[in-house]
Amino acid sequence: MKVSMFHLMPYRDLPDDFEQKYHSVWVDPPWTELGDAEKVGQYYNWSLDELIHAAKSGMDGICVNEHHQNAYGFMPNPNLMGSVLARATNGMDVAVVQMGSTLPTTNPPTRVAEEYGMLDTISGGRLVAGMPLGTAMDATLCAGITPIEQRERYYEAHDLILKAWTADDIFAWNGKYYQLPKVNVWPRPIQQPHPPVWIPGLGSLSTWEFAAQHNHCYCFLSYYGPKAGKSVMDGFWQFIGDRGIEPNPYRAGFLQLVAVAETDAKAEALYEKHIQYFYNKSLHIPPEYFFPPGHQDYRSLENNIRKGIFKSYFDKLDSIPNWKFKDFVDEGFVIAGSPATVRDMLADAAKDLRIGNLMVLLHIGSMPHDLTLKNIDMFSSEVMPHIHDMWDNQWENHWWPEKLRTKRQASIAAL
Amino acid sequence: MVAVQEQTVSVWKNQINPKVHVAGSGPALVFLHGAYGLTWDPFLDTLAEQYTVYAPEHPGTTLGDPDGIKALDDLWDLVLYYDELFAQLGLDNPTVIGHSFGGMVAAEIAACYPQRVGKLVLLSPIGLWRDDVPVKNWMILPAEEVVKAAFYDPSGPLAQQMLSVPEDEKEAQDLQIRVTWSLACTGKFIWPIPDKGLKKRIHRITAPTLIVWGTEDKLVPPTYADEFGSRIAGSRIAMVEQAAHVPQLEQLGRVSDLIRDFIQP
Repeated sequence: MKVSMFHLMPYRDLPDDFEQKYHSVWVDPPWTELGDAEKVGQYYNWSLDELIHAAKSGMDGICVNEHHQNAYGFMPNPNLMGSVLARATNGMDVAVVQMGSTLPTTNPPTRVAEEYGMLDTISGGRLVAGMPLGTAMDATLCAGITPIEQRERYYEAHDLILKAWTADDIFAWNGKYYQLPKVNVWPRPIQQPHPPVWIPGLGSLSTWEFAAQHNHCYCFLSYYGPKAGKSVMDGFWQFIGDRGIEPNPYRAGFLQLVAVAETDAKAEALYEKHIQYFYNKSLHIPPEYFFPPGHQDYRSLENNIRKGIFKSYFDKLDSIPNWKFKDFVDEGFVIAGSPATVRDMLADAAKDLRIGNLMVLLHIGSMPHDLTLKNIDMFSSEVMPHIHDMWDNQWENHWWPEKLRTKRQASIAAL
Repeated sequence: MVAVQEQTVSVWKNQINPKVHVAGSGPALVFLHGAYGLTWDPFLDTLAEQYTVYAPEHPGTTLGDPDGIKALDDLWDLVLYYDELFAQLGLDNPTVIGHSFGGMVAAEIAACYPQRVGKLVLLSPIGLWRDDVPVKNWMILPAEEVVKAAFYDPSGPLAQQMLSVPEDEKEAQDLQIRVTWSLACTGKFIWPIPDKGLKKRIHRITAPTLIVWGTEDKLVPPTYADEFGSRIAGSRIAMVEQAAHVPQLEQLGRVSDLIRDFIQP
């Protein structure tokens, strides 16, 4: 099992009446009313410190991602964060997991090939290259990409980046969306033929097909826990099995919110309000922004409407504003409590969903810096050692930087 | 009510197979529908009393042909596609009426192929843009908000019909899929701002043109009537009261009369 700390870098001080007063946390929350640049500078530095602390505490990887125009998590260029992290973790056996540059909105996509090349070289070959399609909010609303073209653009950008990393010769790219006369990326990555590629997804069939076809790691990034994720991951493994592909658990990644304290009661006292902040404010997004017509291809649209997937999803979200700590834990949205509680729930979830690459969100919503450091410490010292051995004697993690595939030594934590 | 025939035709090397609704008799008239897809309605019934109405479904919006949209990359392709479709249907110089998104397409056809269009009627068209009077982006509005902006009387039967969901579950799903995909396909040519160069080409329109606008249109504000009118030489503007974005249904009699008088002065 490889365990990485994921960070969204959210705005930590939204007003109490934010979700009543404002239309959305994404795309149109007015900076001029809500944003404080001094505070934000502090958030970026705290977030970097928290991730570096996680690396020092013995975690296998540290993850950042890209989103735009929001208070939910705003690292518009995750590679700016990644470069700080790569530099600061040199000498540690820690992967720099970029989850990552949004392909359809980075123009030309060879920018991703170049920036990831920089990160892989700066880090000495420790990069995991996440290749997200991007949310509709980011790609269509913030970047103006036509919804029905987002996925096509994504496929073309992916093919271009992989070819830019692996082609023997300089080549011309005559694509539908990108035309480049002489592709010759400097620098190419250290990892050969290229860094491991992770594909974040939300359970659509076309993403499974894409990940399987290219032998990439499929990562289900959901905030709704293993209970809700079970049907998606079962579907994924069924899909893999049907195609005769090796069911290596490292082929799958999963994101989970985790909060640890000395006892279950203390976890409730420490984390409840931050969890509520995350679900009620950080995820305050109108459905129209999630799925502008065309964002889903016709077959996915048909499948989701016929199976009522949208409806059950949004019906469920309607009840969340009234949830307490216990509801989030009972539903599995957040795995929280004492180390014993958390390690049991997490181990069960990872086994049940067959997850090799686990990402844990240890900073949640409005959590202050000190509490985040505490959560990282308790997780890495009292939870992680108990789940770390899972899968290792049966499977090799082909989707992890080659030089980091052996288990991290416990002594690192003492540094 | 007139009998409506549905013809499926194959265009663009058979990659696009739209349904064309045909009804009535008399001189040929083409109706190009808006972003929500084609519904045969009382306005088309009225037109069919005097004309042979051809109402093609836009590429990709025809049930069973969702991939048709993949054959066209951009607006330039779409205009060429309509040139082909008109030729295939044997339409020689017809009157072309376009509503909303269809109005933009009609204006583009008339600007690119002036000889293709006998007379032109634009019903609340999109295609031009003013920063101070933005056109609402219906692709990211809840249906209730669209209805409020698009109808003079949002609680009236016309508006409520747009919000109504069939009781039968399968029919309700069919409708949701059809409407969403129509918005996706038409959105391909207008996202994120419906200003794709018509302003550079619109002066080429030579067809006599009637521009019809509801005075209460909050989706595409009535100011745009002048924006279109001032750019099309000799055009006429008719403002329709107690109507918003769908004047041809909200004021069916008035708009039908206006169009009849315009086509046969």
